Amino acid sequence: MGGFKGRDVLSIADFPRKDIEVVLKTAKKLVPVAKGERPSRSLEGKILATLFYEPSTRTRLSFESAMKRLGGGVIGFAGPEGTSVMKGETLADTIRMVESYSDVIVLRHPHEGAARLAAEFTEKPVINAGDGAGQHPTQTLLDLYTMWDERGGIDGARIALVGDLKYGRTVHSLTTALCNFDVELTFVAPAGLQMPKEVVERVRAQGLPLSMTESLEGVVRDLDVLYVTRIQKERFPDAQEYAKVAGTYRVDAALLRDAKKGLIVMHPLPRVDEVAPEVDGTPHARYFEQAFNGVPVRMALLSLILEGSA
Amino acid sequence: MRDLKVTPIKNGTVIDHIPSGMALKVLKVLGISGDVTSTVSVLMHVPSKKRGAKDIVKVEDRELNPRELNKIALIAPEATINIIRNFNVAEKHTVSLPDRAVGIVTCGNPNCITNAREPVESVFLVTSRDPLRMRCQYCDRELEDVAGHIL
Repeated sequence: MGGFKGRDVLSIADFPRKDIEVVLKTAKKLVPVAKGERPSRSLEGKILATLFYEPSTRTRLSFESAMKRLGGGVIGFAGPEGTSVMKGETLADTIRMVESYSDVIVLRHPHEGAARLAAEFTEKPVINAGDGAGQHPTQTLLDLYTMWDERGGIDGARIALVGDLKYGRTVHSLTTALCNFDVELTFVAPAGLQMPKEVVERVRAQGLPLSMTESLEGVVRDLDVLYVTRIQKERFPDAQEYAKVAGTYRVDAALLRDAKKGLIVMHPLPRVDEVAPEVDGTPHARYFEQAFNGVPVRMALLSLILEGSA
Repeated sequence: MRDLKVTPIKNGTVIDHIPSGMALKVLKVLGISGDVTSTVSVLMHVPSKKRGAKDIVKVEDRELNPRELNKIALIAPEATINIIRNFNVAEKHTVSLPDRAVGIVTCGNPNCITNAREPVESVFLVTSRDPLRMRCQYCDRELEDVAGHIL
């Protein structure tokens, strides 16, 4: 896909490797701006609308920070309370209204497919910031950025994804994106929470080395990236099933004792018990950097979409 | 020559080559229930050279429109549709499933935005014809039980 200007960001599947690399390189250039070390007015006069139909503190704040660091303005809401949504307005109508107040729209919505629908009702670019159990492409891009930046590239990495691989949308999108690279994947999940068949088929179709296991201990030693996810209570059909698997995996100092020196531990946050606080102080921990990386990556997307470059 | 157990119709539609056992689903798709005002004939398990057995549905005084033909394609991909006017076959159609099925099935995912109160029609991409596989363009989920989700 060619130019970024005016483009929607709905699904990571719409990003071929070439486009992913443009975003990563642009984000790298913007790190000093993201840190507040270098001022920028490149998006002065532009307005970002953040429509959050369900709360997501990190995603919303990092988008707002990204826009403001680039000199742009932000309007929006952090939850449906007190808005016309509570009066029964459709998403389609809200989008048509917001279109006339802003230059780019970021949408978080509890229903799958909401961002695609929104994009059909506006000429302005729409960025999907999570649609139910569906897509969250900017999370995937910041995950890729973290690996790329820490390792100086993604090719050649041995990557394990751990936790609820069945219901976790983050790991589905990340796997889809990683299929663009030359990586070795391991899926670590309790029985019944392994990666869905269609995602596994996608990896196999690319001919990437893949293994699946229930045991984290057995694989840590060879890894370059350990991507840990929370087992999300809200995605489970019933509490009993959740109770059986909650707390299955815990990454702590003992587990990492035999790990490679360069292993990085990532987590999309918030964490519960999957990563022990004692890991925070080890050279492996990267989840807070990962959370920060959301800012330069989102700055890169906003710059590319609104200006065509950074 | 074998006797057909139902006589020719004067005006209406004959749907032939329905897979055996699917005739009642065809009626459902066409919205035909108990309150009809013209004759509807349903033949099930009629001997067929090609498939061994088939179903036939004859609906008098009604001509099917293209959207209805598309719906029938979902459950009877080889059906032929004859529009009858004054005992003659006035039009002959074979059904065909489009690559994009718009507004003919609902998404099986209750959390899909197309099942919320939004002004959009469902859009499914046909990813395979035999076996029939369809994926929702909005939520990306594959539809299980296509026949049960026909609008």
